[in-house]
Amino acid sequence: MYKSFFGVIAMDGMDFDVRKGEIHCLVGENGCGKSTMIKVISGFYTYDRGDLFINGKKYRKITSAESMREGIQVIYQDFSLFPNMTIAENIMMYDTTSSGRVMVNHQKQVDSAQQVLNRINFDINPNLYVYQLNIAEMQMVAICRAIAQEARLIIMDEPTSALTSSEVNKLLQVVKDLKNQGVAVLFVSHKLDEILEISDRITVMRNGKSVFVSKDGEALPSKEELIFHMTGKSFSDKRNAWNINTNQTPLLETRGLGLQGAFEDINLKLYPSEILGITGLLGCGRQELAEALFGVIQAQSGSLLIYGKEMNPFSSVQEAVAQNIAYVPEDRLTKGLHMNQSVADNAIARIVDQFRNRLGLISGKKTEEGKHKALHTVHIRGMRPYNPVKSLSGGNQQKVGLIKWLASKPRILILNCPTVGVDVGAKEDIHNIVRELAKEGMGVIVISDDIPEVLNLCSRVLVMKNGRIAHEVFTDDMDIESLEAMLADDDLKEVV
Amino acid sequence: MQQESTMRVFYRRNTDTIRLLFITIVIFITMSSLSSRFLRPNNFLSMGFQIPELGLYSIAMMLVMITGGRDLSIVGIGNLSCIVAALIMRDGYAAGLAGGAMIMNILLGVMAALLVGVVCGLFNGIIVAFTGLPSMLVTMATSYIFTGIGVVLTNGEAISKVYPEYVYFGNNSALGLPIPLWFLIAALLITWLLLNKTRYGFEIKMVGSNPLASRFSGINIHSVLIKTYLISGIFCAVCGLEILARTDSAKANYALTYTFQAILCAVLGATDPNGGYGKVSTLVLSLISMQLLSSGFNMLRLGTYFKEFAWGVLLLVVLSANFLNNEISRRRYVAKMNKRAAQEDGS
Repeated sequence: MYKSFFGVIAMDGMDFDVRKGEIHCLVGENGCGKSTMIKVISGFYTYDRGDLFINGKKYRKITSAESMREGIQVIYQDFSLFPNMTIAENIMMYDTTSSGRVMVNHQKQVDSAQQVLNRINFDINPNLYVYQLNIAEMQMVAICRAIAQEARLIIMDEPTSALTSSEVNKLLQVVKDLKNQGVAVLFVSHKLDEILEISDRITVMRNGKSVFVSKDGEALPSKEELIFHMTGKSFSDKRNAWNINTNQTPLLETRGLGLQGAFEDINLKLYPSEILGITGLLGCGRQELAEALFGVIQAQSGSLLIYGKEMNPFSSVQEAVAQNIAYVPEDRLTKGLHMNQSVADNAIARIVDQFRNRLGLISGKKTEEGKHKALHTVHIRGMRPYNPVKSLSGGNQQKVGLIKWLASKPRILILNCPTVGVDVGAKEDIHNIVRELAKEGMGVIVISDDIPEVLNLCSRVLVMKNGRIAHEVFTDDMDIESLEAMLADDDLKEVV
Repeated sequence: MQQESTMRVFYRRNTDTIRLLFITIVIFITMSSLSSRFLRPNNFLSMGFQIPELGLYSIAMMLVMITGGRDLSIVGIGNLSCIVAALIMRDGYAAGLAGGAMIMNILLGVMAALLVGVVCGLFNGIIVAFTGLPSMLVTMATSYIFTGIGVVLTNGEAISKVYPEYVYFGNNSALGLPIPLWFLIAALLITWLLLNKTRYGFEIKMVGSNPLASRFSGINIHSVLIKTYLISGIFCAVCGLEILARTDSAKANYALTYTFQAILCAVLGATDPNGGYGKVSTLVLSLISMQLLSSGFNMLRLGTYFKEFAWGVLLLVVLSANFLNNEISRRRYVAKMNKRAAQEDGS
């Protein structure tokens, strides 16, 4: 199998090839052209110059149908499943729609689906509806659907970004099984550890070009080498000592905060200039705790002390905003930003009120000044303020989300998974911004399941399990392995 | 930030307005050349009397559409307001009120009509905001309720014969323009101020483009939605008062087709049907082009119903122009890239 591209719009002379039955990983920063290339291979975009070969056959233009006929299947981040149908119907979908028969043989559909499920050792009832599944299960169904169509190359676009560590391990096992069955897998990811674990070969992309391809039979490069190829820079692994004066009044303190089914008896203190980490597995209550601290959901018991003043748990976002609390949600697409509105309008979404003139009307001149000022707090490369936010890459969108809240000058900033789906370069930028803010006296809570990030950024970390704070950890004498072990330990206890 | 020339920025930010202006001018020139009577002042005067009803309803529709919803009850609210005002003023006129008493009676009618608009709008807004049901279904239901109340109040008949002094406003001009047109202009100005110069105007666009993100930004979505339907209801009531003044009659099922014409006018005026975007300048151009078409075809004696055919074609033309524009700029970009690459190959 050989494919190559030269000079597609977002791709600038990309040479690339995947061989039969190999696991090939494609890495690169956000906006480097990975997604564009996947879409070209799958026939979603046409390319402008260069050549494309599939199974030795040259394609000048390829349609989605032709790409599928050649055995190429793409699993996008949203899986493109039909939630209102059963697993079997989803897996056998193309078979059913292209069979040319009027009637659907339901039993045969279920049987064939079961065979496919067996091929990847996935044990689930094929008559369940897809909306009843969790994300990891949906992903398995998407993989089965690809297999059902005799895929010879399965492309996975960031398959692990929404999974917990045990689910990731299962997925990697499935990928290895596929390889043994002769199916090639193109694995696109940001998480370098996983990539190094499973790849046969690695291609690194930067600015639409392939800058590094590992050679056959040679050892894979180290993580540092990969980062260097991706960004052209090298990064160090820093640690911070905890040097907070505990005599000062905490900015935020919770006493016995609880919400049934989510978290209970949460006691935490956040001091000025502190970056406090909260970590834990998915479903440990960190998500609910974050939203309760911002009034999106209301805690049922306990109380809050904000700047030393005791108050009831927030019942609305407006109450939290009134206390100068800012919250950057984990999902910028649906919760954080207005994708179709301009970058500038997003940036001032919190502070339009400040641009009123004496008549109480919003002044155009003041607004323009405000937009200019807000957009200069954080540097975003190549950004046009009046283009919609959706035209930016993930890392830059996340920066706009930060700008939006920083413009309102909060005293407490809560970041929920601030660097999910963000490339290494932008991640470092965002970390530096957060460090600067803390230096200026802001209290920051970082909620994340990215262990290296938490260790790198925070000086004190709270580990949550089953809705409670299980451990308090100071990061200067902590390493990644032991913190991960703390989380994994919880996993074992749950099973028992 | 990249620097661009002021002209280019202006063009990029006003592409819809410029394109629609161009289309309006083309329609104007075509119609003028097809019919010699088109350019007569009388024609423009009569257009000035016809525009305000659709204009007011379109504003009401546009505001709701910016939130991502549809208001199918606008005509229902307008007719109900019209009926309430007509009932009050008809009884007053029949009782022979004159002078100060008459003015008080007219004011009472106007206030009652506006109150109907406020109540109906609040009703719509509260249901849409708190139940989260699709606005199209909610307002379809309420439109039957409002029309039903109107039928009961009038026994299904037309209410007519109000003060000639009131009807004067709907059929005469002031300062060279029809009085109803002045009301439309005022309504457009108010809408422009609302959308561009108030926090509400900013928030309605944000809520329309992503309600969840708005909630996470501390915007009170319920209040924004309720305000929107309330304001929309008031514009409908003003339209009802205008209808009463122009026709001297009120009927529960008057001009029901305005609902869909208002949607057409708003979409033609570059309002995003998915919410988040709407502009007064394009709405005005859309109104003018629709009116030019309908008056023009009327003069060509092609019948009134031909206008709806023409509006449908116009909407398709404008929407395809958006698509073509994007496609052309994409191809230009590709050509530019290819040329650059060819040069690099050559050197």
